Amino acid sequence: MGHAILEAADIRKVFPGVVALDGVRLAVEQGEVHALLGENGAGKSTFLKILAGAQPSDGGELLFDGRTLDRADTPIVRQRLGIVTIYQEFNLLPAMTIAENMYLGREPLRRNGLIDWRRMYRDAQAVIDELGLDLDPRMPVRVLSVAEQQMVEISKALTMNARLIIMDEPTAALSGKEVDKLHRIIHGLRAKGISIIYVTHRLVEVMAVCDRYTVFRDGRYVATRDVQGSSVSDMVRLMVGRDVEFQRRSDRFAGERVMLEVRGVSRAGNLADPHACVLDDLSVQVRAGEIVGFAGLVGAGRTELARVIFGADGCDSGVIVVDGRVVPMRKPGDAIAAGIALVPEDRKQQGCFLPHSIRHNMSLPSLKRLSKWKFFVDEAGERALIADYTRKLGIRMANDEVAIGTLSGGNQQKVLLARCMALHPKVLIVDEPTRGIDVGAKAEVHQVLFEMAKAGVAVIVISSELPEVMAVSDRIVTFREGRITGSVAAEAATEEDLMSLMALGGPADGAAHVHAAH
Amino acid sequence: MGKDKTMATATLATEPPNRKRSFDVVQFLEKYGVLLFLIVLCVAFGMSSPNFLSVRNLTNILTEVSIYGIVAVGMTCVILTGGVDLAVGSVLAFAALAGAWVITGVGQGAFFGMGFLVALLIACAIGTLTGYIHGKTITAFNVPPFIVTLGGMTIWRGATLVMNDGAPIAGFDAGYRWWGRGDVLGIPVPVLVLFAVAAVGYVVLRYTRYGRQIYAVGGNPEAARLTGIDVSRILVSVYVIVGFLAGLAGFLLSARLGSAEAIAGSSYELRIIASVVIGGTSLFGGMGGIGGTMIGALLIGVLLNGLVMMNVSPYYQQIVMGVIIVLAVAFDTYAKMRRGKR
Repeated sequence: MGHAILEAADIRKVFPGVVALDGVRLAVEQGEVHALLGENGAGKSTFLKILAGAQPSDGGELLFDGRTLDRADTPIVRQRLGIVTIYQEFNLLPAMTIAENMYLGREPLRRNGLIDWRRMYRDAQAVIDELGLDLDPRMPVRVLSVAEQQMVEISKALTMNARLIIMDEPTAALSGKEVDKLHRIIHGLRAKGISIIYVTHRLVEVMAVCDRYTVFRDGRYVATRDVQGSSVSDMVRLMVGRDVEFQRRSDRFAGERVMLEVRGVSRAGNLADPHACVLDDLSVQVRAGEIVGFAGLVGAGRTELARVIFGADGCDSGVIVVDGRVVPMRKPGDAIAAGIALVPEDRKQQGCFLPHSIRHNMSLPSLKRLSKWKFFVDEAGERALIADYTRKLGIRMANDEVAIGTLSGGNQQKVLLARCMALHPKVLIVDEPTRGIDVGAKAEVHQVLFEMAKAGVAVIVISSELPEVMAVSDRIVTFREGRITGSVAAEAATEEDLMSLMALGGPADGAAHVHAAH
Repeated sequence: MGKDKTMATATLATEPPNRKRSFDVVQFLEKYGVLLFLIVLCVAFGMSSPNFLSVRNLTNILTEVSIYGIVAVGMTCVILTGGVDLAVGSVLAFAALAGAWVITGVGQGAFFGMGFLVALLIACAIGTLTGYIHGKTITAFNVPPFIVTLGGMTIWRGATLVMNDGAPIAGFDAGYRWWGRGDVLGIPVPVLVLFAVAAVGYVVLRYTRYGRQIYAVGGNPEAARLTGIDVSRILVSVYVIVGFLAGLAGFLLSARLGSAEAIAGSSYELRIIASVVIGGTSLFGGMGGIGGTMIGALLIGVLLNGLVMMNVSPYYQQIVMGVIIVLAVAFDTYAKMRRGKR
């Protein structure tokens, strides 16, 4: 390891009413892959923005290769110095070719000032070959997979002579094979002396690819350690500041009556629509009062099946039965009428009407019930309903006329839960119910799910966090590449069993309590 | 990335607001700016031209405003869903001419003095139908509203010219003309119609489930779909509403002018959209309302009339109007951005 390429000391950032970063530090050496870890809200994203120059800091010192960076160093200046950030949402223009994207704004010119296309494609090809990729620089970016787009981002970084590449959740949307490939490329970059800041929630990857890691918690620096000699649980302990995040529940409410039955849902894939992945003969039963966890990697079919059950996406064949009645699966309105409620995966894009009031957000689907002469909103009834659920869920707000967009993630999620509860559903599906909300709110959301189950509702919980699924569910159904690979009683399940079902499609050796679904 | 920002707003929202209740100029202007500007304009025009504030002139302004104000009510619904309708001016002319064409073709005597009713029904039916066609095209083929109604704008104008070879139709009976020139207790009929339409629009948007659904579709179409709203149906319905109102306004305009003209309502779409946008309704949908639109429509009416009273060349009028539209929206955007930052 050489000298430090980046040294950040005592970085502070204050937003109105909240200290986002309270004197954090980070030192990255040349040719090092350095993981930056922390829970949501720990301040990682803010720190990355300050590093990239997208936001000014309110204090502290930033040294890059011995040079102090300050406000005057705009993101473009920093890029020229060699600090390149690859964001979760790529900065690629879909209609342009790979090479055009790689050289966007820095196109090689001929002496007469026109773009030297031949050189551009030749140089792009050289970089692509250097990374060992199988891509034609003349292909438009829009036809590429997410993984390939990421490779384009990395190629683009290399054309800028990057010396420090910051990768924000680079594997969030990648499959296992693609992750391996990315890691091989990262090793290659490291061998060239390029440093990498690797931000991720997937601690197993930190073990696989990183040299050291730094942990932030609640905007503060916690520790920097070598990966060698650390374990995943060490990292978790540093991140959460305690050993166990979720407590397993003790009481169970599952009855005998089958509330939701999904029979043979199948769908051929559709390349144009990433939501429409292949579903292969999926069947699930959920009983009244039972909480069933759907576990699987992103794109494995768990969210996709939920959307089919809810009528949000189509399928080729399959039957949904709620409380003994077959549900037409044409549109979400059918599902709601049949007693199915969904809290969607993406709170902001699919759930909230951000500029609208909490009141309007919460009552919208219940207005049919809350109407006078079928047409007018019964505002007294509406306010009573909102007061009721605000109290039940402990939603903290100034008043119900405030825009939902001003609430914290946890409170937004509670409003969406209240919206579903107000429909008095027979089946409640919650997709990533605690993503991006703080620990306290997580426990409150779980409590709501328990209450619903207690009241006899069939609950499906989809989550990428295995400990969460294990803590809240009675039974866990695992998904892999559009198939159901197992159905496991939560009390008997171990994280290793579930991981092997999700990643390999089969039970780990000698796991007798695992029943394959088919 | 945005997660930390959420955390920031989180603390903002859960902490009790200890912000001082100081007077905020930008916030005040965002709310009352257009109204204030309207009052200032009235005072200024009133001082520089004594005739401006006469009852006669004010009535005139109101009558003028009511023709496009009626359509602006429907346009508010359309823009609230995040769409736009550029075809309203052409539909207005087409519907009015169709109504007039039928009754004068058959002979007004044949309707026992109720010819106006037939013309009115035909105009509204034609407007409704065109709106339905626009809405269905937008939702069924997923074509942007801008394109569909841009096509509609020239199609219906062309159809109007074809129908009577570009010639106007005049010679309406007194019953017909009453709708444009008559009054009830001194209030012109078109103004009464505007009051009625605006009142219904206000109540529907504010107090009904349908109104909430319009805001929801404009605020977040995907979330609206996932709450069980039939988004396509809502979208079609707003184009039907604006089409119906364009037909109604076309009938009133022909009654006021005493003739249905093929070029009637040219460039009305701009005036109507401007009313809605100056009134604070967001072109992205989901935010706004009828109250603002009415003030916006009045502002444009007062401005156009006042400039004429002050003998400003009509050429300049267009420049002034354009500048005001851009300023109003620029200010609105600025105020929203500032609010978002705090």
